[in-house]
Amino acid sequence: MWQMINRMLLAWALIFMSAKFALAGELNPERRKIRVGVVFDKGGRDDRSFNAAAARGLDEAKRQLGIDAKYVEAMDDNAYEPAIRTFARKKFDLIIAVGFGQAEPMSRVAVDFPEGRFALVDAPSSQPNVRSLLFSDHEGAFLAGAAAIMKSATGKVGFIGGMDVPLIRRFDLGYRAGVRHMQKGGTTVSNFVGVTADSWNNPPKAKELALAQYNSGVDVIYVAAGASNAGVFDAAGAKSKFAIGTDSNQNAMRPGLILTSILKRIDVAVFQTVSDVQTNKFTGGKIEFGIANGGIDYAFDRYNEGVFTPVLRSKLDELKRQIAAGVIKVPDYYVEADRATFKK
Amino acid sequence: MNPLHFGKSIFFRWPWLTAIMMGLTTGLCAAAVAGENPFHVLLIMIKAAVGSPYDVGMTLVYTTPLIFSGLSVAVAYRAGLFNIGAEGQLVVGGMAATAVALRLSALLPDFAADTSFSGKAAGMIVCGLAAGLTGGFIGLMIGYLRARRGSHEVVTSIMMNFLAMAFTSWLVLEKFHSTDTQNPETSPVGNAFKAINFRGFDGAPVTIWFVIGILTAGLIAFLFDRTMFGFRLRACGENPVAATFAGIDTGRQMIIAMALAGVLAGFSGLGDILGGAGRFRIGFSSDYGFTGIAVALLAGGRPLAIIASALLFGALHKGALDLDFETDHVTRDLAMVIQGCVVLFASARWFNRIKSP
Repeated sequence: MWQMINRMLLAWALIFMSAKFALAGELNPERRKIRVGVVFDKGGRDDRSFNAAAARGLDEAKRQLGIDAKYVEAMDDNAYEPAIRTFARKKFDLIIAVGFGQAEPMSRVAVDFPEGRFALVDAPSSQPNVRSLLFSDHEGAFLAGAAAIMKSATGKVGFIGGMDVPLIRRFDLGYRAGVRHMQKGGTTVSNFVGVTADSWNNPPKAKELALAQYNSGVDVIYVAAGASNAGVFDAAGAKSKFAIGTDSNQNAMRPGLILTSILKRIDVAVFQTVSDVQTNKFTGGKIEFGIANGGIDYAFDRYNEGVFTPVLRSKLDELKRQIAAGVIKVPDYYVEADRATFKK
Repeated sequence: MNPLHFGKSIFFRWPWLTAIMMGLTTGLCAAAVAGENPFHVLLIMIKAAVGSPYDVGMTLVYTTPLIFSGLSVAVAYRAGLFNIGAEGQLVVGGMAATAVALRLSALLPDFAADTSFSGKAAGMIVCGLAAGLTGGFIGLMIGYLRARRGSHEVVTSIMMNFLAMAFTSWLVLEKFHSTDTQNPETSPVGNAFKAINFRGFDGAPVTIWFVIGILTAGLIAFLFDRTMFGFRLRACGENPVAATFAGIDTGRQMIIAMALAGVLAGFSGLGDILGGAGRFRIGFSSDYGFTGIAVALLAGGRPLAIIASALLFGALHKGALDLDFETDHVTRDLAMVIQGCVVLFASARWFNRIKSP
C-alpha cells in the first residue's frame, strides 16, 4: 500500500521533470498562419452526414491552404457559447459554428468580439461579422422525393427527420412536393426521431421508425437525421429496401441499397469561407446555396450505379434544370404561404 | 524523514488529498499513454481553470450548481439515504422557476421590467420559492414512499428523473416554446427575474446564486452540527435501529431529509437558467445532479467541504474544456477519467480499514 503511494509521488516527480520539455516546446514561435475553430453540433464530427460535410471542407482547406484547424463537439446545449467564446478569446481568425442551434450563442459572442470573423451553417444572423451559409434544403428534398417515388414499386415512400423543427419540416415539405410532382397519387409517411438535439445521434430510434415504415409498405425512405441516418440504413439492410442519404455522400454505407444521397455542399461553403478569410475577402451577410449554384446535388458513384438507373438520373437532371431555371417552384416551409397551400 | 512515513502521514491526515492526487496521477498517466506530455496537459488545465478573470468566472459558474446538488446528496446521505434523483429535481425546479417567471412576465409587465435591486431581489425570491418548493415536493414524495411504503429511494428517484425529463420537455415544447428560435427552449424570462450577475469576470455569468450556495452550505453545516434536527438526522443515518430506540421517528426524519435534499437540488439549475441563458433549455444540465454525488462523496458528506469539492470539480470541468482547443490527442473526456478516479479512490473503503501501526 505505502509503496503504491510512494510510487505515485515518484510518478509526480517524473511528471514535473518532463516540464522542461513542455516549456521548451512552447517557446518556439509558431509560424503565422490562419487558425480556424469549428464547433460541431450534437451529431458530432463523424456523423457521416451533416457535420461530416463541414469537416470535409475543413480537411480540404487544411491540405490545400495550410491552415491550422481545431474543432470541438458540443456535449450539451449549454456548451455552444463557452466553446465559441473560447475560440474568440484565443483570437482564432475564423470561427465556424455548424448547426442552427448555435445561431443565438454565436450572435451573442459576435457582438462581444466585433473584430472576430464568424461563419454559421444553416441559420441566419443579423450580425455584420457573421457570414450565414444557408442551403435550399427543400430543393434537394424535392429531388429525393422524385427519385423515391420513381423507384418505389408500392407507390408508398417514407421520410424520417431528425429533430422535429422547421428546418427538417422544410425537408419533409420539399420531399412530399417531389413525390407529388412525379406521381399524383403517391403516398408519403413522415416520422421524426425526437424533439431534442439528441435526435441527431439516436440510430436505434431511427432504425425502429424505419422498420415500422418498411413494414407498413414503404419501400424507399429518405432520411435527414445526422448521425441517426445509420439506423435507417441498418433497417434498409435488414429489409432489403431502399434508403436515400443526406448531406454527405452516404452511398457507400450500404452499397446497392442506398439509392442516392442528396448532397449539401457544406464542404464547398466552408472551404470558400476559409479561403476568403485567408485572402482578406471575408464579408458578413447571407450566402445561399441551392441547385442553381451547385450547392445542392445528388450523388452518383460506383456504389449506387446498379440501382440508380440512367432513366432516373436523366429525369433528375431534367428536374434540376427546371428548378434552376425557376420553372418548378419548390414549396418552402420557411415561407408561410407555401406551408398553408400544401396541406397533407 | 523516511519517505515511507511521509506518504503514510499525508494519507492519514488528508485522505481526500490522496484521492485527488491519485486521481490526477491516473488521469495524467492516461494522457501520457495517449501521447501527450502530462505536464503540458496539467498546465493547460490549470491555466484554463484559473488563468484569467473569465476562466475563474466560468469555473465558478460550473461550481454553483455542484454546490447545491452536492449538498442535496449530502443531506440525504447523512440521513442514510441515497439521493440519485438530484438531476430530476433540479430540472423540475428550474422549469418551475422559469414557468413562474414567464407567467408573471406576461401578467405583470411592470414588475418584470423592474431591474432595480429590489425588483431583482423580488424576482429572485419568487423564482427561488418556485424551484425550492417543486424540487422539495419531489423529494418529499420519494421520502414518503421510502419511509411509509418501503419503496427503495434509489429506484423511485431514478424513475422520478425520467418523469421529470419527460414532463419538462412537454412543458417546454407545448406550453412555453419560444417563437423566435428552432431550439427546444422557452422564451426568455423578464429582466427582473434574471439573476444578479457579478461584473469583473469578463463576461462569465457568475450569479448571486454562487454566494447563496456558499451561504446555504454554511447553514446546512450549522443544521448538522449545532441543532437537534441535525443530530436526529445523523442519528437516523448512522444507526436507524438505535435511533428508533432513542425515541426518534426515523421515517419522519427520512421524509424531512429527502424533502430538504429536493429543495437544495431544486436550486441547482437556477444559476444557469436565470443567470446565463435567461431561459430554460431542454438538456441544459450537464449531469450536475449526478456529478453532485461525486462532489458529496469526496467531501465525505460534510457541507463546508462540499464547497471545496465543488470548486475542484468545477475547475476540472472548465479546465478540461480547453483540452479540446489545445491538444491533439486528448479531449475533455480526460476530466471524466480524473473525476472517476478521484471518486474511486475517495470511496475506496479498504483504504480506511488499514490502521496506522
